[in-house]
Amino acid sequence: MMAYIVRRFLYAIPILIGVNILTFVLFFIVNTPDDMAYMHLGAKRVTPQAVENWKAEHGYDKPLLVNTQAEGIKCLTDTIFFNKSVRLFVFDFGTSESGRDISYDISQRMWPSLAIAIPVLLIGVLINISYAAIIVFFRATYIDFWSVVITVAMLSISTLFYIIGGQFLIGKLWHLVPISGYDTGFNGIKFLVLPVIVGVIGGIGGGTRWYRTLFLEEVNKDYARSGRAKGLSELRVLFRHVFPNALIPILTGIVAILPLLFMGSLLTESFFSVPGLGSYTLDAIQRQDFAIVRSMVFLGTFLYIIGLLLTDLSYTLVDPRVRLH
Amino acid sequence: MKPEHGEARAVYYLLPERGGPDKSLTNRILPAIIRGMSITQLPACTCLKVSSGVQARPRRGCVIRKPVFRFLFLLFLTCLSACDDSAWNDPYPHKDARANILYSSFGERPKHMDPARSYSSNEYVFIGQIYEPPLQYHYLKRPYELIPLAADSMPEVSYKDKNGFPVGESSQAGVIAESRYDITLKAGMLYQPHPAFAKDEKGHYLYHQMSDKQLQPIHTLADFKQFSSREVTAQDYVNQIKRLADPRNHSPISSLMAQYVLGFEEAAQAIRKKIAENKKSAQGEYQYIDLSQIEMKGVEVLDEHHYRIRLKGRYPQFVYWLSMTFFSPMPWEAEKFYSQPGLKERNISLDWYPLGSGPYMLTENNPNLRMVLQRNPNFHGEDCPVRAMPQQIAEGLLKDAGKAMPFIDRAVYNLEKETIPYWNKFLQGYYDSSGISSDSFDQAVSLNAGGEASLTEEMQHKGMRLKSSVQASIHYMGFNMRDPIVGGNTEKARLLRQAISIAMDYEEFISIFANGRGVAAQGMLPPGIFGFREGTKGINPYVYDVNKFVRASRKPISYARELMKKAGYVDGIDMQTGKPLILYFDAKSSGPSDRARLNWVVKQFEKLGIDLVLRSTDYNRFQEKMRKGSAQIFMWGWNADYPDPENFFFLLFGGNCKQDNNGENAANYQNAEFDALFERMKYMPNGEERQKIVDQMQEILRHDAPWVWGYHPKGYSLYHNWFKNVEPNLMANNTLKYKRLDSDVRAEKRAQWNKPVLLPLLLLSVLLLLALIPAIVMYRQSERSQAL
Repeated sequence: MMAYIVRRFLYAIPILIGVNILTFVLFFIVNTPDDMAYMHLGAKRVTPQAVENWKAEHGYDKPLLVNTQAEGIKCLTDTIFFNKSVRLFVFDFGTSESGRDISYDISQRMWPSLAIAIPVLLIGVLINISYAAIIVFFRATYIDFWSVVITVAMLSISTLFYIIGGQFLIGKLWHLVPISGYDTGFNGIKFLVLPVIVGVIGGIGGGTRWYRTLFLEEVNKDYARSGRAKGLSELRVLFRHVFPNALIPILTGIVAILPLLFMGSLLTESFFSVPGLGSYTLDAIQRQDFAIVRSMVFLGTFLYIIGLLLTDLSYTLVDPRVRLH
Repeated sequence: MKPEHGEARAVYYLLPERGGPDKSLTNRILPAIIRGMSITQLPACTCLKVSSGVQARPRRGCVIRKPVFRFLFLLFLTCLSACDDSAWNDPYPHKDARANILYSSFGERPKHMDPARSYSSNEYVFIGQIYEPPLQYHYLKRPYELIPLAADSMPEVSYKDKNGFPVGESSQAGVIAESRYDITLKAGMLYQPHPAFAKDEKGHYLYHQMSDKQLQPIHTLADFKQFSSREVTAQDYVNQIKRLADPRNHSPISSLMAQYVLGFEEAAQAIRKKIAENKKSAQGEYQYIDLSQIEMKGVEVLDEHHYRIRLKGRYPQFVYWLSMTFFSPMPWEAEKFYSQPGLKERNISLDWYPLGSGPYMLTENNPNLRMVLQRNPNFHGEDCPVRAMPQQIAEGLLKDAGKAMPFIDRAVYNLEKETIPYWNKFLQGYYDSSGISSDSFDQAVSLNAGGEASLTEEMQHKGMRLKSSVQASIHYMGFNMRDPIVGGNTEKARLLRQAISIAMDYEEFISIFANGRGVAAQGMLPPGIFGFREGTKGINPYVYDVNKFVRASRKPISYARELMKKAGYVDGIDMQTGKPLILYFDAKSSGPSDRARLNWVVKQFEKLGIDLVLRSTDYNRFQEKMRKGSAQIFMWGWNADYPDPENFFFLLFGGNCKQDNNGENAANYQNAEFDALFERMKYMPNGEERQKIVDQMQEILRHDAPWVWGYHPKGYSLYHNWFKNVEPNLMANNTLKYKRLDSDVRAEKRAQWNKPVLLPLLLLSVLLLLALIPAIVMYRQSERSQAL
């Protein structure tokens, strides 16, 4: 298995380089170093000299990808791409264009993201599985029919609607929790209630439909039919036999997204004023802070690769038939 | 079974037989939990009695013993803390309910706090309260008037000719070779407490050369143990002017000051040289440079409280700059302190932690969460203004006249990225004032037939007050005067521009896209700026007629079509070529809301038969097009730096052409007569003669129509009735010190407006339970049914 893990990590290197180049190219198609300088120096009274100074100071006075003026290896290394990207591979994110330490900011802002993402995941999975199990238990009845209608409807509604609706009902009309905000420690709990509720309710439609499909696939398999034929109650068939088998794809699916939890949610964090990594990335894009954008994309890619690796590993744990070589 | 010590107490608390949990218990238990005590460690007196007075029997194997449930129990208790007399949705700590704290917000973190760099209104909100430049705007007087702030009196201005002999202010242009501003500072002003000033017993600075060991526990400025202060001196003001020349500070006004302050460029060169030397050393280019050793001819310390600024020629607008934070004092200790690499690595810099002598100091700078301004204990004191305009006196704005400022102890600015949550929290009383976004406008404001705004009943019921003011800014549509079709000084192009100016119905634009919050512009100057004319004299005769109510009425579109005909375009067809006239509009577009706006513009041109092609792009490309002069028609805006006509007319001064000089004249308009008048007007004091010149300049611009004079936005703000001494002042940045709060009224209103509504939750629970009944019935039926 160790060889497999090492091999997967080696595969990750070209992927990370590719994503880095892609991010770099996409970013600089939209923003030139001059644009970045103008953005950071402000809209009024900016002279060309000030722009040149800013670029020189931040290392954007070099060619983007290839330095035709340089000789030898320097034509690749004396470029913005090389100077800005190579340190990422040792997780040295450096400083943002405004001079802030990106690693420090990430370490501070991952906790608010996690404070929302973890409860949403746990409570959401619990509710979705329970609801899906109920639907499957009462399959082909009006409960099944109306549940499917409700979940499809919930699935079709935008997350933004849940957020604004939740803020309006729970925060504004019923005065039960603060509409938005964040705080650390125990004081922060009251701010988390609403985003967590909204996150869980917003995920019920999709989650329940997915788990229902998995359960239905299992519930009609031969072993379940045999169980029923031998006189087992439907409850026992469902929870004792169907459930463990259906859990395999559920578990592996959850493991895949675990590392990405701390990347946060752009919309939720923005509307609830939660200072997580989602809003950090969004702000950086708006401010044309390439240093933060590339760091977050790099981190996101890396975590996604880790998530996929963990998924593969988790198969070996939950399904004894799977062996990794 | 006898309960184990401690645990049973928690069980008693869980099992009230009648009535709810005793809130006083919550009050006593919770602080203990927060201090880290487990429930079993609580003293015996903290629990046991339930509201009914009946003690419940402990049960064996109670769920509270299990860690998971114990955690849930703690969570439950924490939630119960909200059941105190404070509202459940109160986002602030309960202890602050009646504190003298202003609550406001910020949507985007301020980029710069360094007074040499900061040039944005969202940054001035903070640093305007911290730094004290020599002058400030009178809070209440209109038109805006400069008065001393850190200065003891207004600067003494004298003029010299090229031989150094004194000359009068009214000397002819070219005679004055130098202007001198002598500024005397108030004595006894102290800086806020700061570690940069802390010294040991021997008089050595404690934190100017920190070792790695000293730096280890430092993460924010609050982690320092020793704070100290010293008096503000003239040297600090001179030091700051030199900082404007330091290329490392990227001051946005350095190029402007280089034109006026004597020796500014030479000082910048000297600093550059020093930086180049430092680059070779171990500490690098950000090493501390002692600016007192850098000579700048135009700034001079006369004594401890007295300094002089020398300018090339005349620049009467310079006094306005003296009211901006660019000219605040900066102690050398601060620069030395913040130049340490160890602090830079920890994000502790002057751009992050300002150091001033103003009424407030920044005690928490966490732009991810909140920023807090706290009353500066060393503030030298200032009294509330005693003069005001008659209407302001009637509104009670002089009730605190002569009292010591500031009135508010603390100002907390929370991160609030979206307008909807902010607005709702404002309505709940958790913010003290609010602007009005388009989404909320109809809820807050109703406009009568005459276009006058008043509060809706809902807002009146909450006791709110509405304030509005026309902003010192202009939004306009510009023509590139170098374009072969719309530009140039030919009659044909001028008539075309005038026709478009009539067709662009900005009254409609304001009504549709700004909720009526704006005033259609009649020329370059907005109301409140010297030179602006009220009534018929101020109406643009090329676009408007005077109607029977003696008001401006836009000329009919038929008149615009006539102008088009004269220009050689009949129904949008160029008579010379026989081809339809196609124009190009370069717009910065960011979303669907812009699309409606752009479509509206296209429709205005359609009125004249002109086919307008939209070239939407992002702001970066738009700026690039403007710099290159490749746009044909565009929309842009300008916010005034100071209340002087020069700060508007310079936008069309030939020397400021964007294409040639990267100036602010984006239309690349050049008119020798206008430029000559501008040069004269620029140096004149406000008066009749200046007014005449301003009128001539307005006439030239209205005739040439290099812009479609768009509109001056009108700002609307809402304030709760507990928020006092509020008056819009578009020029002043240091207005927090004038504001006052009645926090008791606020606390009562908050409690009244935010009573929790539990009935929907109850109904929802019942509904869920009812939904289970058919499922249970169905399950039981299926269990009882016989197999076939």
